[in-house]
Order: sequence, then structure tokens, then C-alpha cells
Amino acid sequence: MTATLDDKTAKPATEHAVRLAGVHKSFGQGARSVAALAGVDLDVAPGQFVCLLGASGCGKTTLLNLVAGLDKPTGGEIELNSSRPAVMFQEAALMPWLTAAANVELPLKLAGVSRSARKTRTGELLELVRLDGVGSKRPHELSGGMRQRVALARALASALHSSDESAARPSLLLMDEPFSALDAITRDVLQAELIRVWRSTGAAVVFVTHDVREAVRLGERVVLLSSRPGRVVQEWQAGDVSGVAEAALVDTINYRLREVISSHAAA
Amino acid sequence: MPQLDDIDAAAVERGLDALDTPPGQEQGRNRLNRFVRAVLPPVAFLVLVIVVWQVLWAAAFWPEYQLPAPLAVWDELWSRINDGEAIGFIWTSVHRAVLGFLIAILIATPLGLLVAKVRPVRAAIGPFLSGLQSLPSVAWVPAAVLWFGVTPTTMYAVLLLGSVPSIANGLVAGIDQIPPILPRVGKVLGAGRLAASWHILLPAALPGYLAGLKQGWAFSWRSLMAAEIIATSPLLGKGLGAYLDDGRTLSNMDTVLAAIALILLVGVGIELLVFRPLERAVLRARGLSGAL
Repeated sequence: MTATLDDKTAKPATEHAVRLAGVHKSFGQGARSVAALAGVDLDVAPGQFVCLLGASGCGKTTLLNLVAGLDKPTGGEIELNSSRPAVMFQEAALMPWLTAAANVELPLKLAGVSRSARKTRTGELLELVRLDGVGSKRPHELSGGMRQRVALARALASALHSSDESAARPSLLLMDEPFSALDAITRDVLQAELIRVWRSTGAAVVFVTHDVREAVRLGERVVLLSSRPGRVVQEWQAGDVSGVAEAALVDTINYRLREVISSHAAA
Repeated sequence: MPQLDDIDAAAVERGLDALDTPPGQEQGRNRLNRFVRAVLPPVAFLVLVIVVWQVLWAAAFWPEYQLPAPLAVWDELWSRINDGEAIGFIWTSVHRAVLGFLIAILIATPLGLLVAKVRPVRAAIGPFLSGLQSLPSVAWVPAAVLWFGVTPTTMYAVLLLGSVPSIANGLVAGIDQIPPILPRVGKVLGAGRLAASWHILLPAALPGYLAGLKQGWAFSWRSLMAAEIIATSPLLGKGLGAYLDDGRTLSNMDTVLAAIALILLVGVGIELLVFRPLERAVLRARGLSGAL
């Protein structure tokens, strides 16, 4: 795999930001239990952009919740070699009573960062997502795309605070279909935006989507998951394809995805 | 062929932001205008009621001791205001109601948090808490009198039994209505249980809590009036309820109606001066100001 990292992120000592080994997750007890994930193996290198792709019921969201620590795996191991992962959901889920800036500041506050350091950091992050100047607005005064960018800045704040301590450890950004509720134009712009932010922060990204085109455009690696239960079916390198090759890759992955989906028709 | 990248990405984004941002609510055209729109309709209605009353009185359908003239009631009210007695009645009742209401908040808030967040507590006392709301607090007056005698303690006991359940229920409802995504966000942002309560749970539940407080105040005031009407004693000082009861014992309808007017005035006044602005500020900050 080709690393497309900027040289400013010096090569970290560890070779993965997160490693999943034989991760199982089932819901419910005994005979009625349903397996959501059945033995998922996945390695994400520091600074790498991985897209998880799959139809409904492939356990994409479950997988992300496990890595985020919102849920515990039934079996297998998750080795997290980063500071607390930053998480972004499908909805921005901003606190409606806080301004945009206060939302970004919240994780810093929870981490006990001093007031002046919080202000500086919040300003930097809002600038990073090109929202300097709207910090004093409330979520309901922002467009969907702007809200999602505030959510991105907030997620980054939770992962990248106290830069001196966590600089040694690669950071990790988990995104659960963050653009799927946005209109097509905004989604397109935000995809470009995300790539820019990813390049400038050097964080590893695990991006869950059901959009093949999006996965190929964003990801260095595209990982296809099967459904019910979820496990890794196949994986492609998508780091430096463009033009005709990109279109061909989208077709290939789409073909394989449809095969996986149609295998459920018999059952 | 023009390249996509030739267009400054930042400019595209700014353009998109400008196009997509929801238009700001028009700031109330004119304060005076808004005030007139808010005040005129209820005042007009009040005038209409008094006119109908005057007409009914003039037609003499009912004897004077059942339906006095509006002017007679006004005279009674005015002379009580002039000799300072009205202020005394209002002070006796209002200071008691406010004090009792504050105590009720102190009891009901932790109680509501417990019921909302601790499953066994909810299972055990949740139903009783909702049930108590449907029990008129007047029903507690005989018991309170037997327990505490005709003392201020009785007044406070009745008031608390009336208002604590509704404040606690309001908080529980407020917490139940928090979108489940918000506590999850709190968790991934690194909030512990206590920090999550303070930074996420309580602010998120604030609108429901405020609604509970508003109802709690109404219940406090109603309970207190009921207690004052039933349990009167020189020991208690003379509040609005006792003044109303005077009217009944003396068969003086002027006094009865004047007392009702004062009780309404205090209830509506506190709602308009305290709770309405508070609720409006909280809802407006969250973009929920449609109703107000």
C-alpha cells in the first residue's frame, strides 16, 4: 500500500492506529441472539484513510461503535493505539443550546484544558473547517453542511487536544456516514473538505459509507463487508486512481457489492 | 478543458454557506407594535366580559348579593388597595407561595433526577409521582391540619404536596425527551457520568424542566389558596384565601369577587413577569421560538 502522508507526520513508532482481530459482536442472549459481526480482521495504519463499505445490516455502525468504545465486542480483540478516537455521526448532533464555538470547545472543557488554550484551539479548528466568523451562531442558524463541519471540528477537538501529550500517538477519526443526509452539492464540497482536513491533520480515518463512489473517491483502501453477519469480503487499494481507472474500480466494487447483496435473496 | 481545482475551494464553500444558511428571523419589526399586538386582544376581551357583566346586572336577572355591579366590586377593591390591606393580603400569600415554591424546587430537582436516571427508583415511585398529580391538593388539607394544627407548617405541607410532583414530573419528562444521540456524543467527547449530567443532561432537559417549574408554580399557588380558604386562623396572618373566605362568611359578594380578582392577578402576573420571559429566552436560543 502506498502511503500518501505528508512528510510532516514523522513515521510513528507503531505500525497501526487501530487493529481488529477476529472481532465478534452479537446482540441478544442464547438461541435468539443475532450475530452482527462474525470475525472481522482489520488493520488501519496511522494516517491512513480506510472506507468501510457495505449494504444495510453489515454491521458498519456496530463496528464503529466498538472502536469508539460505545459498545463492547462479544469476542476478539480491538487494539487501539491512538488517543481517544474522534467520532462523527450521520447527524451533526450539536448541542442546540451552545453556540458553534462552544460546541467545539465542549470536549476541551471536559478534558480540563485551560480557558485561554481552549479559546485558541477552538479558533484554530473553526478556521480549519473554514467557519471562522460564525463561531457565535447557534446550530439552528447554520446550514446542514456547516453544522456537519462544526461537528467535524468538535470531533477533532476531542481527539487532538493537549497536542504535546498525544502527538506521540497517532489520532483516529471515526465517521459514520457523515455526509449521507446532505444534498449532493454540499456532499461533494464536504468530501473535498474532508480530504483537505485529513491531509493537514495526519489523522487516520475510518469512514463508513454505503456509497461506492464516495468510498473510492475518499479512501486509500476500500473494505467491503458482507451483511448479516458482517465480515470482511474483499479489499481494494483506491489511493491513487483517477479518471478511467477510478470509474472502472467503482464498477468492479459495485459488481462485487451486488453479488454479496444478491446472495441474501435465497435465504 | 477548465479544471475543477481552478475555482478556489474556499470561495465555493463560502458561497454554499451563504446560499444554504437559513434566513434569520425578522427581528420584531417594532417593539411598540409587538407590545400592542400582545396586549390589545386580552384587554379587549376583558372589557367585553365587564360589559356583559354590567348588562346582566342592569337586567337584574339575579339578586344583588349574587351578582353585584362591576363598579361595586371595583369600589371594594379600590378601598382595600387604598387602606393598604390588599398589599398586606398579597404579601402574606405571595411570600409564603414563593418560599414554598423554592423549597419545592430544592426537593423536586434531585427527586426528578433520581426517578429519571435510576431504574428501580423509577419503577417504584414513578407511578405514585404521576398519580399524586391528579390528586387535588385540597385533599391534603384535613390531614395536614390534624398533623400540624392550623399553623404555617400546614400551609407549606399542602403547597409542597401539590407542587413537588409536578416539578419532578416535568424534569423526568424533560430528560426522557432528550434525543439519545446527545448522551452518546457526550460519551465519545469524553464526558464521565457526572460531567455528562452537568454539561449535557441538565441543559438538554431545560425546556421540559422549565415547563415543570411553570406548572409547579401554578400548583403551589392553587394549593396555598385552597389551604388558606379552609384553614383560617389569626395565627396565620391574613392572606388572599382568608380574605376570600371573609367574603363568604359575611355573604359579601363584592369581597368574594375582589379576592378572586387579586388571586388571578398574582397568578397571571408571576407567569407573565417570570416564567414567560425565561421560557422565551431558553426556547429562542435553541431556535424553538415558533410558539411564543
